[in-house]
Amino acid sequence: MVKFEINDLNIWFDSTQALKDVSMQILPNEVLSVIGPSNSGKTTFLRMLNRMNDLNPNFRMSGNVMFEKEDIMKIDVELLRRKIGMVFALPLPLPLSIFDNVAYGVRMHGLTDKTRMAEKVREALRQGYLWDEVKDRLTESAFKLSGGQQQRLCIARTLAVEPEVILFDEPCSGLDPISTAKVEDAMVKLKEKYTIILVTNNVKQAARVGDRTAFFLNGELVELDKTDKIFTAPRDKRTDGYIRGKFG
Amino acid sequence: MKRNPHRTQNIAFFFLLVAMLLIVVPVSLIVVIIIQKGLPAINWQFLSDVPRQGMRAGGIFPAIVGTIYLVTGAIIFALPIGLLAAIYLSEYSKDNPLNRIIKLAIVNLAGVPSVVYGLFGLALFVVFFKFGASILSGSLTLGIMILPIIITTSREALESVPQSFREVSLSLGASKWQTIRHIVLPNAIPGILTGTILGLGRAAGETAPILFTVAAFYLPQLPKSIFDQAMALPYHLYVISTQVPNVDEKIRYGTAFVLLALVLFMNLVAIIIRYKFRKKKKW
Ligand SMILES: Nc1ncnc2c1ncn2[C@@H]1O[C@H](COP(=O)(O)OP(=O)(O)O)[C@@H](O)[C@H]1O
Ligand SMILES: [Mg+2]
Repeated sequence: MVKFEINDLNIWFDSTQALKDVSMQILPNEVLSVIGPSNSGKTTFLRMLNRMNDLNPNFRMSGNVMFEKEDIMKIDVELLRRKIGMVFALPLPLPLSIFDNVAYGVRMHGLTDKTRMAEKVREALRQGYLWDEVKDRLTESAFKLSGGQQQRLCIARTLAVEPEVILFDEPCSGLDPISTAKVEDAMVKLKEKYTIILVTNNVKQAARVGDRTAFFLNGELVELDKTDKIFTAPRDKRTDGYIRGKFG
Repeated sequence: MKRNPHRTQNIAFFFLLVAMLLIVVPVSLIVVIIIQKGLPAINWQFLSDVPRQGMRAGGIFPAIVGTIYLVTGAIIFALPIGLLAAIYLSEYSKDNPLNRIIKLAIVNLAGVPSVVYGLFGLALFVVFFKFGASILSGSLTLGIMILPIIITTSREALESVPQSFREVSLSLGASKWQTIRHIVLPNAIPGILTGTILGLGRAAGETAPILFTVAAFYLPQLPKSIFDQAMALPYHLYVISTQVPNVDEKIRYGTAFVLLALVLFMNLVAIIIRYKFRKKKKW
């Protein structure tokens, strides 16, 4: 069974077309890397999957996106977003304590039991590879953490909701190499349990983490294939050019 | 001739200083004079006694109580409505010309002369709803007068909460209302409180809106219900300054001092609350 099936998707903001006739499938438990120059529509594509584009009043679309064979526009949007978590480009902790950041989503979904909440928070922080660093300072403001820690906190916060899919939008773009490595470690481990879609401006990262890789250019899906295929023998010469440019 | 940047800077600095002094000096003078002439009048009897001998002696207790009632009533009415309106305007209304006009109109309502609100309150609450000249009518009139301040400052406070916080909350599957309730509102509270207290200060100090709707010229007993008339500090000050001959200067400045102290006290509370929250603010 496929996780997402996207058919002839077009997206506009006002009169700019951000995505053009995109059709593809996303498989369960795969890591799909999405690469492409800036303004090629990667973020728009990602935010389509959990309907964050709906927040933009100028957003228009045609075509459809099926999540587990159901049209996402017909699924209750809050339920959809519980199942499809998102980690943003910049670390965006909420103005709450470390604990409350991780607990936030679960709380909003109605969990009140304190013991279970503490367990969930601990478990999520472990999965985000942050527990050991923060276990003694859970009540401190999340803004006291370093950038890399904040981003792993955001990952833990997303995991706490127990989604099926996680969307990453250039999650390491604001981080130094060491923090990037830690965030990547966390992502690689997540492969086992989740379907992951990773937009990245870092082609090497795409190659390291992705099972398959999609290349976007000017709103078009140019090529989608197994990652090693994309990086060794791409079919399209635009893909080749982009990858060479990035690696060379 | 070449411009001397240093000299230009000095000239600019001079004018900025003059402008600043033009504001600060008169205000400080007013405060100093009121304190100087009013403070000697303040004693326990002045604060706790009713006016006597045609308001030429005694105290101003009923006016203090009346003003507190009116301000409380105004805020009970205006804060919930103003806050809900602000939430609607900032979080739910679409950005279209009609809504932009509505927002602009509300901003401008804050500048409408207070006597206009007084006439409006007279027509609507006193006459049409038959509340008569009463604390209820006066509070509602003051409430309507400060609504624009509360709506505008609250809306600005809500809108200054970063959009990214909303996106994060929504992306975790929280509903729009949960996002407002748990993320947007808590972070907008300092601004909302500031607006509310600014409104309170305005409501406490205005004479015109209560003139036709509640204020009693002389009413030595305290009001018993919201349908009673009441004395109020600004109107009492007006009365003893212009309507009653031979009132001792001490009593007039004493009344002004109490009114000023009340308003300044409220502003001080606003500043303290804001300071506390700002220290807690985490971004
Ligand atoms: N909120 C928006 N309003 C208007 N145009 C937008 C908006 N978001 C994206 N776009 C446009 O859509 C195109 C794709 O942008 P985006 O998806 O952010 O690309 P990428 O993530 O690959 O850099 C760009 O031309 C951009 O200007
Ligand atoms: Mg992007």
